[in-house]
Amino acid sequence: MSSFGLLAEYENPAQLYAACERVRDAGYTKWDACSPFAVHGLDKAMGLKPSTLPWWVLGIAISGSIFMFFFQIWAMVYAYPFILAGKPLFSIPAYVPCWYEATVLSACLTAFFGNWALNGLPRYHHPAFSSRSFARVTDDKFFIMIESRDPQFDATAAEALLKDTGASSVEELED
Amino acid sequence: MSHHIEKPTDITVPPTSLWAKLPMIGGALAVVGLGATLGSAFGHDKARAMFSYLFAYELVLSIALGSLGFVLIQHLVRAGWSITVRRVAETAMATLPLFLVLWIPIGLLGLHELYPWTHETDEILERKRWFLSNGFFFGRAGLYLVGWSVLAIFLYRSSVKIDSLTDMGEKKKVIHLIWKVSAAGIFFYALTQSFQAIDWLMGLTPHWYSTIFGLYYFAGSILAMYAFVSLATMALQRAGMIKKAVTAEHYHDLGKFTFGHTVFWAYIAVSQLIIIWFGNIPEETEYYMARMGGGWEIVSYALPVTNFFIPFLYLVSRHVKRHRTAFAVGCIYTLVMRVVDVYWLVLPSYGAHGEGAHEPHLAVHWLDVAAVVGVAGAFLAVFGWLMNKNKVIAIGDPRLEESLAHENY
Repeated sequence: MSSFGLLAEYENPAQLYAACERVRDAGYTKWDACSPFAVHGLDKAMGLKPSTLPWWVLGIAISGSIFMFFFQIWAMVYAYPFILAGKPLFSIPAYVPCWYEATVLSACLTAFFGNWALNGLPRYHHPAFSSRSFARVTDDKFFIMIESRDPQFDATAAEALLKDTGASSVEELED
Repeated sequence: MSHHIEKPTDITVPPTSLWAKLPMIGGALAVVGLGATLGSAFGHDKARAMFSYLFAYELVLSIALGSLGFVLIQHLVRAGWSITVRRVAETAMATLPLFLVLWIPIGLLGLHELYPWTHETDEILERKRWFLSNGFFFGRAGLYLVGWSVLAIFLYRSSVKIDSLTDMGEKKKVIHLIWKVSAAGIFFYALTQSFQAIDWLMGLTPHWYSTIFGLYYFAGSILAMYAFVSLATMALQRAGMIKKAVTAEHYHDLGKFTFGHTVFWAYIAVSQLIIIWFGNIPEETEYYMARMGGGWEIVSYALPVTNFFIPFLYLVSRHVKRHRTAFAVGCIYTLVMRVVDVYWLVLPSYGAHGEGAHEPHLAVHWLDVAAVVGVAGAFLAVFGWLMNKNKVIAIGDPRLEESLAHENY
């Protein structure tokens, strides 16, 4: 069994926040912080880059929008021309509801599934689940895990760093 | 993480800044603009002067009235983020008594020129006579204008009063009263702002009706308000006030609302168009027919692009909303497009009725500019005067710290 990485436990969000800044400044890239609730500003302390999700949503929403506009022209003018209420076949006002809804739908679906994909979900198991203390991450404990696949990972140095940040315990996670 | 943030001390207008001169500048503009417009109302250009005046009035009123809506909503939802920028909106709202005075020319001078129902008659107008009659019309106008003024003065005074209070118990008393009044006030605001749009704008074409029209005005009004409040806050900061109190986080939120109401405006505009376009009934299509000829069709076709697609794609990014200059550009653009929108609401009705009636055609008149300068000048004079008179931030609000530490996640 190989090592997945190190798991450090903290007592409160202030400790976690300060520890994240230390781990970030130490230059680790493959690591994560876990908390029972959102700790405001933690993304800054962790040095996380803004998500790319907005660009996915924008791109696919615009594509969906353009697609539905031309799809309606094809359907209403060429594929099945049918005069409705004496209106011209090509009538933008009549296209607006579908056009709008298709834009919103493609944006929402991208946001929903893109969120799963970028977070690596669905995922059925994680090495941290084998730690008994980690169960309290949904209750009152705060954790940092540094993964061994991090290019600069060194078990001794990482453990020393985590202990130094005030972790109440540091344990090794098995993959 | 929230740190302890010190209360701002740069909360009064420095005597050397442009803000200190704003009442004078605004007053001068008001005298020139209103003088020219109302002077012309006694000459042969009377009809044009009244239409220009109504356009300017409804344009600037939309900012003051939007501010009233904003302040009421902030109190009702107990908003914390907006406390640092709320005073700017409160001050814009406190100009509402001015609009009571500025309405007088519409009621005394322009009724005949503006509203065909005052002197024309036919079967349809006779059926509407109970609503479109002089007595009821003036009664309603009085109710809106006096009601807004009372509500605005109460909300403004109470907020200013809290600035100087130190005892938490006394503060709570005032705030709880504000909350109670806001709860009733929001109903009054919603109904009267809709009905003023119906009376003063829809009344220009008395045969035409659209039940969503009040909401159309509201959407544009609250949009203009967000743009104005953002720009005024930036101007305060440039003049050296509330430097640290208002941050990119507040502009980000103001930007989100500006963006959101751009979408809301488009949604309402299209909802109105689609229903009328599908229904195809003469009394309903009249409104769009007047805007599809004589050069107005250019504005009609441009509006979806200039007032929706361009600001939507511009303001959608968080980087634009958080960047001071980029967001200022968006706000100025929004206000300019609000001018076009109100112009498009009012001016196609000019010359469509009475003697020498003609097809509407788009021709900007110098009186349009003069009227906007006049009404906006008067608005800025009162706005500037109140800004100088009191603190530029609600310094006594018990939850000010919450707003100072505000962050978006």
